[in-house]
Amino acid sequence: MTETPVQPKTFLGVPVYRPKVAFFELSSCEGCQLQILNNEATLLDFLSLVEVVKFREGMSGGTDDYEIAFVEGSITRPDEEERLKVIRKNAKVLVAFGSCACFGGVNQLKNRFNLDWVKKEVYGDHPIETSEVKPLDAVVTVDLKIYGCPVKKEEVERIVTALAIGSEIVYPKYPVCMECKANGNICLFDVGEPCLGPITQGGCDAWCPNSRSGCGGCRGPAADSNVEQLICIMEQYGFSKDTIIDRLECFGGFASYVGPLRSGQKP
Amino acid sequence: MKVNCDINVHHLTRVEGHGNIKISIQDGVLRQATWEVVETPRFFEAILVGKKWDNAPWICGRICGICSIGHTLASIRAVENAFLMVPTLQTTRLRLLLKHMETLQSHILHLYFLAAPDFLNIGSVFPLIKSSPEVVARAAGLKKLANDMCDCVGGRRLHPTTTVVGGFTMLPDRKELAVFRERLADSIPGLVATVELFKTFSLPDFSRETEFVSLKGAQDYPFIGGDLISTDGVVKGESEYRQMTNEYLVDQSTSKWSKLSREAFAVGSLARVNNNFKFLHPLAQDVAAEFGLTPVNHNPYMNNIAQLVECVHVVYDSIQLIDELLGVPWQEPRQLVTPKAGVGVAAVEVPRGILYHSYDFDEAGHIVKCDCIIPTSQNHANIQYDLSALAEKFAAEGIQDRELELLAEMLVRAYDPCISCSVH
Repeated sequence: MTETPVQPKTFLGVPVYRPKVAFFELSSCEGCQLQILNNEATLLDFLSLVEVVKFREGMSGGTDDYEIAFVEGSITRPDEEERLKVIRKNAKVLVAFGSCACFGGVNQLKNRFNLDWVKKEVYGDHPIETSEVKPLDAVVTVDLKIYGCPVKKEEVERIVTALAIGSEIVYPKYPVCMECKANGNICLFDVGEPCLGPITQGGCDAWCPNSRSGCGGCRGPAADSNVEQLICIMEQYGFSKDTIIDRLECFGGFASYVGPLRSGQKP
Repeated sequence: MKVNCDINVHHLTRVEGHGNIKISIQDGVLRQATWEVVETPRFFEAILVGKKWDNAPWICGRICGICSIGHTLASIRAVENAFLMVPTLQTTRLRLLLKHMETLQSHILHLYFLAAPDFLNIGSVFPLIKSSPEVVARAAGLKKLANDMCDCVGGRRLHPTTTVVGGFTMLPDRKELAVFRERLADSIPGLVATVELFKTFSLPDFSRETEFVSLKGAQDYPFIGGDLISTDGVVKGESEYRQMTNEYLVDQSTSKWSKLSREAFAVGSLARVNNNFKFLHPLAQDVAAEFGLTPVNHNPYMNNIAQLVECVHVVYDSIQLIDELLGVPWQEPRQLVTPKAGVGVAAVEVPRGILYHSYDFDEAGHIVKCDCIIPTSQNHANIQYDLSALAEKFAAEGIQDRELELLAEMLVRAYDPCISCSVH
């Protein structure tokens, strides 16, 4: 099965171009791909916009003739680098899909340890292959990033629509904090909850703070974010160094700020 | 009698994660029938070391996209057990409701999107959009109901946001819950139609006597915590999970394997139904009877039917849970957490079977050691032994290569494996 058999969309009687898309996963929980199936209300509309030619989690068969490749997950083994290079060669547009693909995601927390210790801790003396966790752009050129752990389906639909009709893809310049305020939430700092909303790229509509859970920074730094200043503010609010480090290093987008903080220096 | 056959399925489709099937028959002799797990390990058990307790549910939920709610709840329970915290009845009910909706969405995803295409002889659910739109609409409707309820109770359908050690960051809107009660009641005809659809499918005629492991119900069909039981008569406490799982390593798999009384055992819907049939909702028992599913059933393909039976059970049980929740006023959403040094173990029934999380904490609540044993990792050995027996039986009957390949794929799919999860 290579064709999504739905009626093509038309605009003023002219068929709208449906790009061939493929989904792939490297080291990940496959949750971002699952999000594609998860928004049931708009799933059929979404499927009419594109032609899904490969989606291992959802379909058998498929082809390597695709234009847009969505790649979920981070690189943790040499064979994944090779698979990614082939995908890069086949695709016109390569999309890093979700936090693991964009920043290494929670998988990169492994990088703070010696690899031999990591292997021994989980597999004892059994030989197992693993390498330092890398995001996709450490190995190939990435054309587009869709952030989030998991990705937000509404944002995926907006970006894919822009890709299909050839319009410009615009990311919010403001941080999650703006969306949180716009939603009328109380500031989580005031109730003792650590939050990276002030420095994290918006676009998720403050998904976690809306549930009174602090932002984990899964979407990485917002434009012009002042991470150092946020660290000072969090210290003033009484958050421990551990807590600040835990937040900053969780999804990889802010991992570069953690080294100095951990060794006791100001970043 | 089959003389020669060479089946090599690289990265099996319509399952979560990466696994291969290899079957080789030469001159009428079965040379190889192997289930290989080639998924990349992510080392969650090492990642957690040194992290403070509140990171565990948040990070461990990321072990899996399909059963992130189950992982989060298992993680929370392990932390609470270590800190000797007992959740309130309100928290227990809300967690079970959330758990039920994860079970429903995951089972519907498996039944319609992953398993049904095999029975309908199509590569995916997509062709049905055109040929049988009402079937796709029904599947999407049931899944949407479950997912919408996960949003309502857990804050998000995938990697939940309200679930924390001690309870919830915030409680669902009571009016919304009342609406969901009606939507659950309205979903029954969709489930009945699903039962009718699956009655038109013929399950492969194959059985292999095995041991089934699950939580042991005390008064209810069990999902969160309690004793462990096997059909071979083993009963253990939740904290003795290692004696129930006995993990070991094999060369053909990056996931660990498990065994108990025999060379392999099975967990999952069929194990739960086999071990706790009497605790199922009476109408779920009726559905089981319509398919001839009575304990102890040893046909692995029957796991599909057991999932369907559980869908009926969780919908009726969720209606009752909402009635109980709405029958009393809301209490405080969360309890204060005081970290303690110690070990906490949790056993939770996630869609694919029994899941264990265990953490050792130092006095400040930092994780010193972490152990997660995933249902699919417990099933891998059983899948392997089933696959050998299946290849042997059908090869002897001399069926076509493509038919044997499909039966082997369907066998692995029937376990609804979560392979990334099993390797974690």
